[in-house]
Amino acid sequence: MKKWMIAAVLSGLWCISDAQTKKPAAGSSAARGKKVYEQYCLTCHQVDGSGVPRMNPPLIKTSYVLGEKSTLIQVVLKGLEASVPIDDEYYSNNMPPHDFLKDQEIADVLTYIRSNFGNKASAVTAAEVKAERAKK
Amino acid sequence: MKTKVIFLGLSLLGLMSESFAIGKSGDSSRHVVADPGNAGLKLPAGFHAQAIAENLGGARHIAVTRKGDIYVKIQSGKPGKAIAVLHDSDGDGKMDDIKTFGTYRGTGIAIKDGYLYASSDEEVFRYKLNDQYQVQNQDQPEKIITGLINRHQHESKSIALDNSGNIYVNIGAYSNSCQEKDRAKGAKGIQGCPIRDSAAGIWQFRADKANQTYGDGTRYASGLRNVVGLDWNTESNHLFVMQHGRDGLYDMFPEYYSLQQGNELPAECMYKLNKGDDAGWPYIYYDGLQNKKMLAPEYGGDGKKKGGENAIDPVVAFPAHMAPNGLLFYTGNQFPEKYKNGAFVAFHGSWNRQKGQKGYFVAFVPFKNGMPSGKWEIFADGFAGVPDIQSPGQAQHRPCGLAQGPDGSLYVTDDVKGTVYKISYSK
Repeated sequence: MKKWMIAAVLSGLWCISDAQTKKPAAGSSAARGKKVYEQYCLTCHQVDGSGVPRMNPPLIKTSYVLGEKSTLIQVVLKGLEASVPIDDEYYSNNMPPHDFLKDQEIADVLTYIRSNFGNKASAVTAAEVKAERAKK
Repeated sequence: MKTKVIFLGLSLLGLMSESFAIGKSGDSSRHVVADPGNAGLKLPAGFHAQAIAENLGGARHIAVTRKGDIYVKIQSGKPGKAIAVLHDSDGDGKMDDIKTFGTYRGTGIAIKDGYLYASSDEEVFRYKLNDQYQVQNQDQPEKIITGLINRHQHESKSIALDNSGNIYVNIGAYSNSCQEKDRAKGAKGIQGCPIRDSAAGIWQFRADKANQTYGDGTRYASGLRNVVGLDWNTESNHLFVMQHGRDGLYDMFPEYYSLQQGNELPAECMYKLNKGDDAGWPYIYYDGLQNKKMLAPEYGGDGKKKGGENAIDPVVAFPAHMAPNGLLFYTGNQFPEKYKNGAFVAFHGSWNRQKGQKGYFVAFVPFKNGMPSGKWEIFADGFAGVPDIQSPGQAQHRPCGLAQGPDGSLYVTDDVKGTVYKISYSK
């Protein structure tokens, strides 16, 4: 449990310089990810990533968002049942699978999420998404 | 010290601007100090609001006794925190004596014929009240209904009682639109939706029988996605319910719906129920702009095809996604004549609109002979405390439960901070 936290902090420090900016550089992975976020994620997780109390979890500094990339990628691919607690809180809506998104789109949106809403964590690559998708 | 001085100052200010006597018979010494700021609420002329309790936690539904004591169902699983009992020991209008009991999450609470009824997300309990309307045995309620389905989504079991010894329980659908995979883009709706067998409706049970479950009750009405606010109308002897309409028309079907249409569809509907009624979920939704029942896109709809020939029509269609969590028919004598027998609806406020949320107010619908007799209007606004709300997390308060006091005042709960508002009228 602690190992990944250290990893998250380290990787956060490592990419702090290019992740701080609110407006991602045009054409960057985060900029493309913002578009994916607006189409598929924003309604539930909200424009500021704050989620909906007791209904849809926030994306701000939660262990899922900042933690192991593989877990986070699997959540996007397979969705998450409402019966699974997140940082000890229960949220009542199921998250549907988003496996219809391309590897690059998932990489982009996770890179965007991990570098916005006060989050500072490393980018996700299409290769990492591809590897996780192959696991199923 | 400082707070005391401020409090005194506010009290004096309150006394100077307006104070009004609470309708307690023969006790003119009891004065309620009005809050000149109306606790931050915007109300019609002549109405006043006061925050009579704060910081209760997730204050959901509410019931007021004939003595003016208040029971609030708290959405908390913490030991001993299920129900808050509020008492005003010095008669100044603020509930200064607050105790809690019970250990279960849940939303529903009601008082009927000498009993307090309260629900968890799977069961309904009742507690015997003494002649002072106090709960006799806080640790050993009678379990009257058990084994109701709870799959976390739409899990609250709201309750209402009629005058014939029946209790009505909402069992919400654990799904948005009964797709093969919930909320998944491209997933079809299941034909003969099996969720309707044990959920997505209102079940009727006896109010005085122990350990009832599905087999002992009757599915009173079906095809209701999720109801949180419901009330028995004693004028027409009908159950009225507020449905939470479906989500995701734009998100899942951008080929049929624009972002704007996704924001405005479907309507949040008020239904007047007769036994056996079907409101049509998941096969249809109600389009409040065209006033038509439309075939759901998961079942072959495209935003244009109509559906639900056998489904009932709503009696009021409100704007989409505002999340009606409380319904109350006003039978008191304190408010002006137009409010008599009308419906108050507490809208928790939307989360699934884009570019601006809606709701976070209490609405009013005038009624005549058990049917709406005019357009709905906003009655109490300003709960959110911020203009142009973008995300529900920004709201300082969200209205949830409604109750009528013995003097005809209206009570509103807030489940963000746990404020209880008392709204009264004086000329």
